[in-house]
Amino acid sequence: MPLDPSYAGHTYPPAPPYLVGREKIREFALAIGAADPAYVDPEAARKLGHPDVVAPPTFPIVLTAPGTQAMIDDPGLGLDFSRVVHGDQRFVYTRPVHGGDLITCTTTIEQVTSRAGTDFLTSRTDMVDETGGPVVTTWSMLVVRGD
Amino acid sequence: MQLPARTYRVTRADLVRYAGASGDFNPIHWSDRVATGVGLPGVIAHGMYTMALAARAVTEWTGDPAAIIEYRVRFARPVVVPDTDDGTEVTVSGVLRSTTDEGHRILDLTATCQGDKVLSQARATVRAAQT
Repeated sequence: MPLDPSYAGHTYPPAPPYLVGREKIREFALAIGAADPAYVDPEAARKLGHPDVVAPPTFPIVLTAPGTQAMIDDPGLGLDFSRVVHGDQRFVYTRPVHGGDLITCTTTIEQVTSRAGTDFLTSRTDMVDETGGPVVTTWSMLVVRGD
Repeated sequence: MQLPARTYRVTRADLVRYAGASGDFNPIHWSDRVATGVGLPGVIAHGMYTMALAARAVTEWTGDPAAIIEYRVRFARPVVVPDTDDGTEVTVSGVLRSTTDEGHRILDLTATCQGDKVLSQARATVRAAQT
């Protein structure tokens, strides 16, 4: 079933705030083999001018899970995740994510297009900290293969 | 300016660990049965894992863990990871495309696996060195 193109511009309610833990950042950094001490050692991060450990650049993808789930769970959108391939991903950083950040993510569907039986879904997730200040914005393009 | 190529080994164990750390438990990243059932040659790496490796290369080149201010990739081809001790390898190289008026450097990245490009239009913007 194709995606409903009228969903372009649809914004889902904000996800519950995500408290970024030092150990979650450590776990993620270890999983990608990133060895920079600023990812795991608060003192090393402070020496570089950060308030706490720094998250690796792609860490914010972890925070997009509730937004993705909201799209999957939305029967009106018609997203069949078993047919999904990740097309592209983009991050724009106002500042790095730090340990101790309380981040609220809001996901908006920006574009729904269809070409030769394949659907393309671009969503944007805006991430703000507890002051409401912007931290990271990320865009995901999902390719949904047809029958 | 050419940035020196960096090669990263990728094994099934790495994918399992990344699944846990990222929360992406899609079985195409750990089950041959599911992966081949949807037409893939076998278990493939998370696209976001490959994207993370390319970012690692940028961070290692710059020496600044928070250097990247913008980063995008297109997932051109899957990274197939065989169930062997050695797995496979992803090689990341980069070239300086331009420098912005603010002194930010725009890097074009190339990531290959078994000779195939696995990322396309991969580009990172790295902030000017902090003084």
